Amino acid sequence: MSDSTSGRRPLAPRGEAARSLTPPLADARPAAVRPESAADAAPLRVGAGTKSRRGAEDPAIVRWTLIALAFLAMTILVVIPLANVFYEAFAKGVGTYWDNLYNDPDTLSAIFMTLKVAPMAVALNVVFGFAAAWAIARFRFPGRALLTSLIDLPFAVSPVVAGLLFVLLFGLQGLFGQWLREVDVKIIFAWPGLVLATTFVTFPIVARELIPLMEATGSDEEVAAVSLGARWWQLLSRVTLPNVKWGILYGVILCNARAMGEFGAVAVVSGRITGQTDTMPLRVEKLFQEYNLPGAFAVASVLTLLALITLVIKVTLEWRTRRELEEASRLRTLRSEA
Amino acid sequence: MRIKKEIRLTLFKLVVALVGAVGFAYAAGAETQNLLNVSYDPTRELYRDINAAFIPEYKAKAATDLTIKQSHGGSGSQARAVVDGLEADVVTLAIPSDVDQIAKAGLLDKDWRKRLPNDGSAYNSTIVFVVRKGNPKNVHDWPDLVREGIEIITPNPKTSGNGQLSLWAAWGSVTQRGGSEAEAARFVTQLYKQVPVLDAGARGSTTTFVQKGIGDVHLTWENEAYLEVQEAEGSVEIVYPPISILATPPLAWVDANVKRHGTEAAARAYLEFLYTPKAQEIIAKHHYRPTEPAALARFQAGLPKIELFPITALGKDWSDAKDRFFGEGKIFDSIYKPK
Repeated sequence: MSDSTSGRRPLAPRGEAARSLTPPLADARPAAVRPESAADAAPLRVGAGTKSRRGAEDPAIVRWTLIALAFLAMTILVVIPLANVFYEAFAKGVGTYWDNLYNDPDTLSAIFMTLKVAPMAVALNVVFGFAAAWAIARFRFPGRALLTSLIDLPFAVSPVVAGLLFVLLFGLQGLFGQWLREVDVKIIFAWPGLVLATTFVTFPIVARELIPLMEATGSDEEVAAVSLGARWWQLLSRVTLPNVKWGILYGVILCNARAMGEFGAVAVVSGRITGQTDTMPLRVEKLFQEYNLPGAFAVASVLTLLALITLVIKVTLEWRTRRELEEASRLRTLRSEA
Repeated sequence: MRIKKEIRLTLFKLVVALVGAVGFAYAAGAETQNLLNVSYDPTRELYRDINAAFIPEYKAKAATDLTIKQSHGGSGSQARAVVDGLEADVVTLAIPSDVDQIAKAGLLDKDWRKRLPNDGSAYNSTIVFVVRKGNPKNVHDWPDLVREGIEIITPNPKTSGNGQLSLWAAWGSVTQRGGSEAEAARFVTQLYKQVPVLDAGARGSTTTFVQKGIGDVHLTWENEAYLEVQEAEGSVEIVYPPISILATPPLAWVDANVKRHGTEAAARAYLEFLYTPKAQEIIAKHHYRPTEPAALARFQAGLPKIELFPITALGKDWSDAKDRFFGEGKIFDSIYKPK
């Protein structure tokens, strides 16, 4: 019995489990960060030295050309468009910028709508993603493989189709439409529809982040906790959640970024009611179509700003995770030496 | 066994707690009530002004504070959204057959045309050409459109009133001048071969033509054309073809929704307001054609006289014409091959 409880690695020694924690976490990070941190975490430093020597052997012209190309591409694809958003937003002065954001009730309502819909979608995803990851990482049950692939489905489905899906379910002509109208619950063409559509398209993010992490940590600690008499909330708050907290945080950030920017799915279920069901991306399009370019760019600049904040939080988190891993590997080395 | 059960139970409790929290949030965030006007794409600016004029007037008359919300998009897709449960109190769409669709779903009175003057229209419009400044391709009449190397921008007739009217106007330009239906079919087939992109609504097409700079001729609403010229700051101009279609955008309140919201009086007053001299003046200023004779006489000068043929030239009525041209597998499907 105990074999199946502890999942895939029933008898893995503590050190093994901790070391296998590295790959899934490293996977989540950008490629540029990965080799370095993997080298730091692993006691063996084989690749590091040879690689840098080979790098130095490349002719200077090759190195500089490649670096210049990379910078050029980044400037054209990322820096200039981003800077342009702010430039256009402020093209008619700070006063107009402020007017466009603060004194336009429809824009304000769109900003608040996004700030309401995105966190709700993220919260739903954290709980369901965590539950799904737990189920998949800890238990063998019929349909487990099916569940794993179902979790990925929203990434494969076009967001517009996702939106239509909800219209077909909850629309007046849909499966639950008449009943919802009778009990006077609005789902599509109101904010719950926006939350549902956003949750659907972002669903895989948190679960995908957690499954490898939970599989790697194994369930030894949970089994120990429960056998020592931990209640369910103690199990959650003292053992399971602390083990995956960075994974959850990372998932939250990615999920939030995607949720705030979602356009296709919410466009279908929003009903385009200005000042009521518009989110920020929808508002940007509307302002653009109404010839209010400074207004469109002002809202776009707020979205961009939120994205930049997300980026900063992400980098900080990565830095902290890396430090914790380094700490863990140092302790491990000390322990094995003793 | 007990341990596994414990873990599984935790999972279950977590999900229950979440569902409870969402339910609570829903109950706390009840919607406020407004008048919702679901309209077609180019009327955004018109109804912004109409609403600003109507709200104080209604407050004085009925002592009620109104908030009027707007929703705009392709006329066909907007009608579809109302059928799907978008709770419009009034619909102000582009083509009467779109209102018939909503009536068919049982949401409003089948005899809606008889409830307001002039078959439920307070303004008319038509389809004109917008070309690049100086008319470099020398486009003046419908046959000019199918000359080689001319790209035409117009929205998708399956979703947009503008799109349907463009095709009807093109078709009628042949048949009204004595051409046969076969000639008309050849003409529109060639015309749609020269359309590089079909947007979902009128405003999307305008963006394609003006902001993205695609195409040589934009077939659009007369009112949209004036706005387009104004916003493009002189980089495009209007060309009136000698003949085009008479569009009669319909107005109706949606019985099923106003009953639920208790907004029947307000919805009715709102639409009736459109026939008043004050509203007709706003309508004319936005380059729609007023239907009230007094207002029409006053603003006639600003509207070039071109021959406008009614939809009955192409079918029994709007619904019949729509069915004939845009039904599944009908004329449009047979002439248009998506690229």
